[in-house]
Amino acid sequence: MNIFQDANRRQISNRRLKDQWLHIIFLLATSFGIIALTVLIIDIVIDGWSNLSPDLFTNFPSRKAEDAGMKSGLIGSLYIMLILIPLSFILGVGAAIYLEEYAPKNRLTSLIQLNISTLAGVPSIVYGILGLALFVRMLGLQKSLISGALTMTLLVLPVIIVAAQEAIRAVPRSRRDASFALGATKWQTVSRSVLPSAMPGILTGVILAVSRAIGETAPLIIVGASTYVAFLPQSLTDAFTAMPIQIYNWISRPSVAFKDLGASAIIILLAILILLNISAVMIRNRYQKNL
Amino acid sequence: MPSKLDTAQAMSSKPTKPNNPFKNSRVSILNKVMPILLFLCAIVSIFTTVGIVITLLSETITFFQSIPFFDFLFGTKWSALIEPKQFGILPLLTGTLLITSIAIGVALPIGLASAIYLSEYAPDKVRRVVKPILEVLAGVPTIVYGYFAISIITPVIQFIFPSAGVYNALSAGIAVGIMIIPMICSLSEDAMRAVPRSLRDGAFALGATRFEVALKIVVPAAFSGIVSSAVLAFSRALGETMIVTLAAGSTPTLTLNPLDSIQTMTAYIVQVSLGDIAHGSVEYGSIFAVGMTLFVFTFLLNLLAQYISRRFREEY
Repeated sequence: MNIFQDANRRQISNRRLKDQWLHIIFLLATSFGIIALTVLIIDIVIDGWSNLSPDLFTNFPSRKAEDAGMKSGLIGSLYIMLILIPLSFILGVGAAIYLEEYAPKNRLTSLIQLNISTLAGVPSIVYGILGLALFVRMLGLQKSLISGALTMTLLVLPVIIVAAQEAIRAVPRSRRDASFALGATKWQTVSRSVLPSAMPGILTGVILAVSRAIGETAPLIIVGASTYVAFLPQSLTDAFTAMPIQIYNWISRPSVAFKDLGASAIIILLAILILLNISAVMIRNRYQKNL
Repeated sequence: MPSKLDTAQAMSSKPTKPNNPFKNSRVSILNKVMPILLFLCAIVSIFTTVGIVITLLSETITFFQSIPFFDFLFGTKWSALIEPKQFGILPLLTGTLLITSIAIGVALPIGLASAIYLSEYAPDKVRRVVKPILEVLAGVPTIVYGYFAISIITPVIQFIFPSAGVYNALSAGIAVGIMIIPMICSLSEDAMRAVPRSLRDGAFALGATRFEVALKIVVPAAFSGIVSSAVLAFSRALGETMIVTLAAGSTPTLTLNPLDSIQTMTAYIVQVSLGDIAHGSVEYGSIFAVGMTLFVFTFLLNLLAQYISRRFREEY
């Protein structure tokens, strides 16, 4: 009897020990991600901090690292966003309203829905190839600002649609019923009751999608963003560059001076992304309380 | 879904009766036109997919008129930009799979362990801090990971393995792995947290430790979610472009040595796009053929992930 109890006790303490060890291992695994993020940020700040200067914002790219700036990249990214945000907002929210409020339950609707979730998983470089064939060649827009912006719009669209759908779905049925009870038409209900209460959620989704688009590099390279642009685009069909393209150009060079310049540009890019994310979180928190 | 909305709709359609003063007003026109406009917005996504498939197919077919299909699929040499030109996709394919395997090898154990920690061990406070940090990790642009790979990971690898080149598959693979950790972690954690409390309580009541509950109750119950998260992460790693372009090199070699410089399908597409290629040339067509291969792979993987999470979901 005693032997069994001993064995039993030993087994239990072994199991507890195993549990504790694995607790530590799981904790270490979780901290790996955090450590990686910390190392990444420290590395970039060390390399790039000393180069941060107003020149980076006001100068065009140059063959000499000390003169080079990314004015054309910043402005290029800004222009792309100015086209992308309204376009993807209208198309994305429109599609989401249709799917949530109007779509009949039929084959076509479920096809659209399946299609959107599949599109969200298509690699961004494939969108670049689509943009190259469709906008650059077929529609004859050349390697221009508008080709880049339209390609990026298609890229972020599935993300915005899914986010907007979730926001619209979260609006309680009672709001719609109240509006209908007052004699409002379907569209009046959707535009004046459902949309306003879904708007914080939609905006959060749009901001997150936009912050993804700002850092996206590959599709713009494929549609032909130039790596050296020493002027600002004057029209939609001008050649263009963008922030991540400029960064790629700098960090892919063997010269350390340019690599450090790339790190400075990454600091600016990350700062913009952090600001966008903070604003998304603030919108979410602010309006969540009011509901 | 019946009653409430239907009656509401029936009531809302009343004002369109003939004697209704609003009949042709802005309100009723908008009410009729908007659904059509909104439908057009929704259909854009279908056009996008159709556009992707048609452009990839048509250019790929043109490409295969000059390069035999079998040479493309089974050729072991890829030199698109240097004479003699050869288009065998195997080197690009092995390069891509090498990177992806390294990435999954890094991300799956770490992502899964983090998911188990966050869902089974972590106190609420810790989870509320750690989850947003992992979300930040997921939001870092891939070009930044590329910089991370060449400025930190590669030097470390070269220090440990002096034979490693400036560009090597291992460095890029690890960076891609770090990039997909948050994806595996958050999707698997969602699946684990969806496992009902009662299952865990039952196991705890039988005297199981937390690790035993995690391994024998939660992981099996959430298995479909975990596998589909891994498949999605795999597909994401396949399509990753900037990290491999920056860190893995641009030499399409048929090798499985992670310390060698290789080229992936995506990096090849970027390399060609950066040069000035004539429309209609074989190189131009090769982008589409490679893109098609990539698209088919990721598309099948995404379908597989959806199928797994639907078909094998444990319902409680």
